[in-house]
Amino acid sequence: MTINFDNALGPHAEALSLRDKRTEVLARNIAHADTPGYLARDLDFKAELTRRLEGAQPGTQVPVRRTHAGHQPLRDPSAGQDLVTLKYRTPLMGSFDGNSVDTQTEQALFAENNMQFQASLRFLNGKFKGLVSAIKGE
Amino acid sequence: MPLLNVFDISGSAMAAQTVRLNTTASNIANAQSVAENPEDTYRARHPVFAAQLASHMQSGQVQGGSQQAFAGETWGTPNSGVHIQGIVESEAPLQMRYEPEHPHANEDGYVAYPNVSVVEEMANMISASRSFQLNVEVLNTAKTLAERVLSLGQ
Repeated sequence: MTINFDNALGPHAEALSLRDKRTEVLARNIAHADTPGYLARDLDFKAELTRRLEGAQPGTQVPVRRTHAGHQPLRDPSAGQDLVTLKYRTPLMGSFDGNSVDTQTEQALFAENNMQFQASLRFLNGKFKGLVSAIKGE
Repeated sequence: MPLLNVFDISGSAMAAQTVRLNTTASNIANAQSVAENPEDTYRARHPVFAAQLASHMQSGQVQGGSQQAFAGETWGTPNSGVHIQGIVESEAPLQMRYEPEHPHANEDGYVAYPNVSVVEEMANMISASRSFQLNVEVLNTAKTLAERVLSLGQ
């Protein structure tokens, strides 16, 4: 019998890595709060997590065919599973310079993501503690 | 680890906001500076912010690396910090004040003062300061999270 870490840790490892990515995306939105024309982005956590857990390749739902040498690939195929599809946020209010970052919204989402990140960490920690006590057999 | 990219992103945003604060300081300090010629009179300066792609940041290459550039945009790392494209001078008309005794007055007795709008500069200053604070906050949070990750399983 072998211990498979992926099974032992459940979805929490994947969830933590997605939360990690989302932290970066939201930090980027906040950093660009004053950049003209910048569009706020975010990832669909539920969809991304489901896709990762089911092991589907990114973008398999909508295949895009390149019919011209000048066409750019949508994603770098070599990066594989690690890719995340980013979506654009619908702004609450438009602004003169075309920037769609709403600082308050981003700040709230950042704080929320922060909490969820720590929750994932705590779950993982619990799993590790369980594994350690199983190994020690105390 | 994307969490560590936050340091680059927020750091670049803080640097950009500092430049903005600098131009604001320069504008306010020079709000009353006059020159002999109206052409040489100080004009309000403002930085232009832009997003910079991660792949451009790393390789500095724009042409030829299209695949790389796109991988950076749609996904692997969204590490694009704030980049200052340049600092532009305001093209608003200079303020003409009637001061016939002034040595730099023209033949009609007017002196060209800079086109700095102090009210606008104050608003800019507050905005830059708030954005800076917000980015410091984000950076601190990222740091705390990274520390927690390091102590995982202990």
